[in-house]
Amino acid sequence: MSSASPAIRRHVSSETVEPVQPFDGNLARHGLSLVRGKTRTLQVNVGYLCDLICRHCHIEAGPGRREVMTRETMDDVVAYASRVRFKTIDITGGAPELAPGIQAFLARLSPLTRKLILRTNLVALREEAASGLMQSCREMGVALVASFPSINTSQADALRGKGFWGKSIEILQDLNRLGYGCPGSGLTLDLVVNPAGAFLPGHQEQAEKRFKQHLERYDIVFNNLYNFANAPLGRYRTWLEQSGNLDHYFKTLFERFNPSTVEGLMCRSLISVSWDGALYDCDFNIAAGLPHGAAKVHVSSMTGYPEEGVGIATGDHCYACTAGAGFT
Amino acid sequence: METYCDPKDLGAFSEIGKDAPELANKFFDYYAAVFAEGALTEREKALIALAVAHTVQCPYCIDVYTRACMEKGSNLTEMTEAVHVATAIRGGASLVHGVQMRKIAERLSL
Repeated sequence: MSSASPAIRRHVSSETVEPVQPFDGNLARHGLSLVRGKTRTLQVNVGYLCDLICRHCHIEAGPGRREVMTRETMDDVVAYASRVRFKTIDITGGAPELAPGIQAFLARLSPLTRKLILRTNLVALREEAASGLMQSCREMGVALVASFPSINTSQADALRGKGFWGKSIEILQDLNRLGYGCPGSGLTLDLVVNPAGAFLPGHQEQAEKRFKQHLERYDIVFNNLYNFANAPLGRYRTWLEQSGNLDHYFKTLFERFNPSTVEGLMCRSLISVSWDGALYDCDFNIAAGLPHGAAKVHVSSMTGYPEEGVGIATGDHCYACTAGAGFT
Repeated sequence: METYCDPKDLGAFSEIGKDAPELANKFFDYYAAVFAEGALTEREKALIALAVAHTVQCPYCIDVYTRACMEKGSNLTEMTEAVHVATAIRGGASLVHGVQMRKIAERLSL
C-alpha cells in the first residue's frame, strides 16, 4: 500500500481495530525501549496558576490553583542551571507569566543558557501580574512560545473561553510591534496549536502555511508553528471520558503509533522540574505523577546531567507523543 | 439491535482485499495518491470528500471525513458550507430535470 496516509487508509491498514497495549509493551513489540540520551533542555514548570481554565489542559491549571514555585525553589533551579549548563531552558506552567517573581527568575536564567523560552497563553501577558513582562522578555531576547489553538474564533473560544481569540490577536500584534516574530529581529515568536477536540493534529507544515496566510490579514507574523496532539491527562482526559471519546481517542493514538518518533522524543533530551522542585522526564509525567528515576529527586540534589541510558517513566499518555509525526 | 451498518465494519475494510488482493491494492494505492497534497491541499480534498460523502450518503465516509476535516484544520462553518454545496448540487440536479418534465408535458398537452 502507498506510503501516503489519507484518512481511510488508517481504517484499512490493520485487520481490525487492535486493543490498545501498554506503552512499554508496544515499544518492546517493535524492538524499542525508551531511555535517556544526553540532556540538553531544562524545563521548569513554575506552577499551575493560570488565568484560563482550558478544556484540554493536561495539568488542570486555573485561577484557583495554589501550586506555584516558591522563591527558594527558583533559587534551587538557578543554582542547578549554574552548575550544569543547558542549551535550552524552557519555562512553562500554568501561565508562567503570572508566577510571582517570574521576571527576576528569567533575568537570572538568561545568562546561563543559549536559549531561554517562555511559554505564554498570550492573554496572561495583559494581566497586571505580568506588567512589563513583554518588554523585559524583549530586552533579554527570551523566545516566546504562544498557545494559539485555532484561527477560527468559535473553536478558539470553545477551548479557552469567550473573548480569547480577539484578545490573542491584539496581543500578537503588540508582540509584533516589539519585534517578536519579525524577520531580522532575533526575537522568536512560535505558535503552538492543539486540536480543539477528540482528534489528532494535521500536517504541521500545511497548518503553518495556512495560519501564516490567515494571520497576515491581521498584519501578524510569527516564526514557526508546532502542531501537537493533546495528552490524555488531566482536564482533557476527563472530557474524553465524559464525552464518550476516550476509547476511540486511544485507539486512534495506538493505530497511528510511529516507531520512528521514539528516538527523537523530547523526554530523551529534557529534564522537567515541577513547581515543588521534583524532577520528571517531561511535563506530561508531572501531570501523571510519574517522577524521573525510581523515587522523587529534588533539583537541589542534582550535581550533573541526568544519567544517560536510564529508563524513562511511561504511561498510556505517551501514545500522544508517538502518534504520526510525534512530539519531539 | 443489529443493523446493516456497524461502525466496527470500517475497521474490517481491509478484508475486502482477501479474495482480490491485486485489485484492492490498486484501489487503495490510487486512493492514497488522490488524497495526497497536490494542486489542492489535503484539507481542501478532505472538504470535497466530506461533501461527496453526504451526496452518496455513506455513513462510514461521513465519519472518516468529518474527523479528517477537523484534523486538517477545517472548522464547522467550512464543513457545513461543504455539505450545503453537496445539497445544492443534489437538489439542483433534481430541479434541472424539471425542464425535461416541462418539455414532455408540453408535448403531451393540447
